[in-house]
Amino acid sequence: MSGSDVNINIHHVTRVEGHGNIVVDVKNGELKEIKLEIVESPRFFEAMVVGRRFSEAVHITSRICGICAVSHTNASIKSVEDALGIKPTWQTETLRRILAAAEVIDSHALHAFFLAAPDFVRLPSVIPLIGKSPEIVKIAVNMKKLSHDICDVIAGRHTHPISMAVDGFTNLVSEEQMHDLQAKIKQTLENDVPKAVEFFSKLKIPWFERRTDYVCLTHPGEYAFYDGTIKSSETGEYRHRDYKLKIAERVVDHSTAKHTYGPVKPYMVGALSRFNNNYDQLTPQAKEAAGELKLTPQNHNPYYITLAQLVEIVHCLEWSAGLIEELLSRGIKDEREERPPISGWSVNLPDVKKSWGVGVTEAPRGLLIHEYRIDDNGLIDSANCITPTAQNLANIESDMRKLVPEIIREPKDEIELLLEMLVRAYDPCISCSAHILKVNFVE
Amino acid sequence: MEKPKVAFFEFTCCEGCQLTVLSLGDKLLDLFESVDVVNFREASSYRGQDYEIAFIEGSISTSKDIDRIREIRKKAKICVALGSCAHIAGVNAIKNFHNQLEVKKRVYGEKAWAFDSILAQPIDAVIKVDYVIPGCPIDKKEFLCVAASISNGVRPFIPEYSVCVECKMKGNVCVYHKPNPIVCMGPITRAGCGAACPSVGNACEGCRGLVSDPNLEAYEGVLEEHGISADDKMRFYRMYNGLVGGVK
Repeated sequence: MSGSDVNINIHHVTRVEGHGNIVVDVKNGELKEIKLEIVESPRFFEAMVVGRRFSEAVHITSRICGICAVSHTNASIKSVEDALGIKPTWQTETLRRILAAAEVIDSHALHAFFLAAPDFVRLPSVIPLIGKSPEIVKIAVNMKKLSHDICDVIAGRHTHPISMAVDGFTNLVSEEQMHDLQAKIKQTLENDVPKAVEFFSKLKIPWFERRTDYVCLTHPGEYAFYDGTIKSSETGEYRHRDYKLKIAERVVDHSTAKHTYGPVKPYMVGALSRFNNNYDQLTPQAKEAAGELKLTPQNHNPYYITLAQLVEIVHCLEWSAGLIEELLSRGIKDEREERPPISGWSVNLPDVKKSWGVGVTEAPRGLLIHEYRIDDNGLIDSANCITPTAQNLANIESDMRKLVPEIIREPKDEIELLLEMLVRAYDPCISCSAHILKVNFVE
Repeated sequence: MEKPKVAFFEFTCCEGCQLTVLSLGDKLLDLFESVDVVNFREASSYRGQDYEIAFIEGSISTSKDIDRIREIRKKAKICVALGSCAHIAGVNAIKNFHNQLEVKKRVYGEKAWAFDSILAQPIDAVIKVDYVIPGCPIDKKEFLCVAASISNGVRPFIPEYSVCVECKMKGNVCVYHKPNPIVCMGPITRAGCGAACPSVGNACEGCRGLVSDPNLEAYEGVLEEHGISADDKMRFYRMYNGLVGGVK
């Protein structure tokens, strides 16, 4: 359609966390400009933690994000523990893993059912979906409730977890509580999962493909969420402290669309990256769900991220049920006397030497990195936080650049919908992009 | 009776309070039935401008925020501050106590000048606020109570006593008296959360703001007894309550 002009300016994309605009400018059939503007207010978390006690960072940085508060908490705690050379107990790390799984279930259920699903059935939100498919909305509500119950029991609440601290938990869960949670998880696996998978298997996913670099954590013992080394499908593996070999940040000035920082090689983080890189480690029921959803590795269609999320919901349910099983068979111990957790506001803090640490974890939306430098007084000297959404921005723009010419003949509102759906598929958590940075690929 | 038209807006925040609303479970479906949600960007593409009650999350922290929130005030009959960021500027105000240019440079480097950022303020620094739902994040039960009161034209109840009252009622051992004592702001912080944090063994960090008449002298005596340095004391106050009057 040469000679056509298309001008799209979607202000404040809805059903995503935070504020972003999509700008597309086509003149005479030629793509002039395409960008995802991030207009969320800057928040300056990396500056806020400076001068704070090392153990305080966790309750400040969890406030970066209401939905991935557990992941920020895990990344923050792990960074401090890495700096201080603390290796937490098996019980502590197992409880953190269960919390990470619960957060994935909650966040993915919110995105897949509440935020993304309405697009596929052409509804403006989940509210009219309640009338149309009440059972599906009920399943999503149940799954969210389950993950909140898990977080309430283990960490006091989900947004923002209270009892997670450096080297332990300030509370103690009982075996009875864990038994209850396990029973609820098994119920969800039996009753809700098959219906959810069936609903999503019937949705018509837009066809679009662009092969990219898939980046996530990988771990020899499990489908990695809580811990692992950084794996790129294109360039191999990196230890957590070497993350800068892979990821360098650049401030992008959105008022000029020029790329003055050299070639950008975008990559994808999140559910589809994990699915593509770590498929073999999914639980049996998760693999079964993937089969029903016709999702196989390597999948290069970003619209399938939502389906990969559903597969991960199944995985996290089964995984956490297994972890609870193991926890109960070993018996839950009160470790607080022997290994007192270091709370942010503990009256007595251990002596600390100048040190630095890096904490990596998989947030629901992808790789999350916290890095702190701590001074001789135990105060934070500098901090860096790299969020999944910041890493995905360049990749989303590359997708849009390939997608727009392919759909340019469609009516304008269809183009708008497909672009919004694409951005939404990545489940961007813009309030998380604590700083408005693009992430460049270092070869 | 016609259902009241409700809108949700957010400024600088983590959107955790709106997510708390979305996490009400069964009660969320009840809420959607009893009020008409006309604007909730986080959850819906529909953006109605005919709202009567506006729940506003987040702090004012860019110059653009000021115009936007004034527009909301003009349209809404009732404005409710949702959560710490809107109520007392929350953790956003931590940056207010640093050198502003350094704060920007630390995060954005040489491009720092390009980013619009002002000192973080609670929303009542710019508009008249009718009611407050405190907390970081808000408490689910309290939100439902306040939302129900407002839609029925009743003044919502927010406790005037301290977190210690709720903590004692739960029978918790005071965190100051545990083997590894923790500094807690429960004695001067407004209750209503059910002493959420001390109940799982951690400190009350004051996210709900202070009671109207906090006994700061007695409180600081407790801190002194535990050997808390003046620097640490200020850091704790400035977690949530740096902008609150009386704290110095």
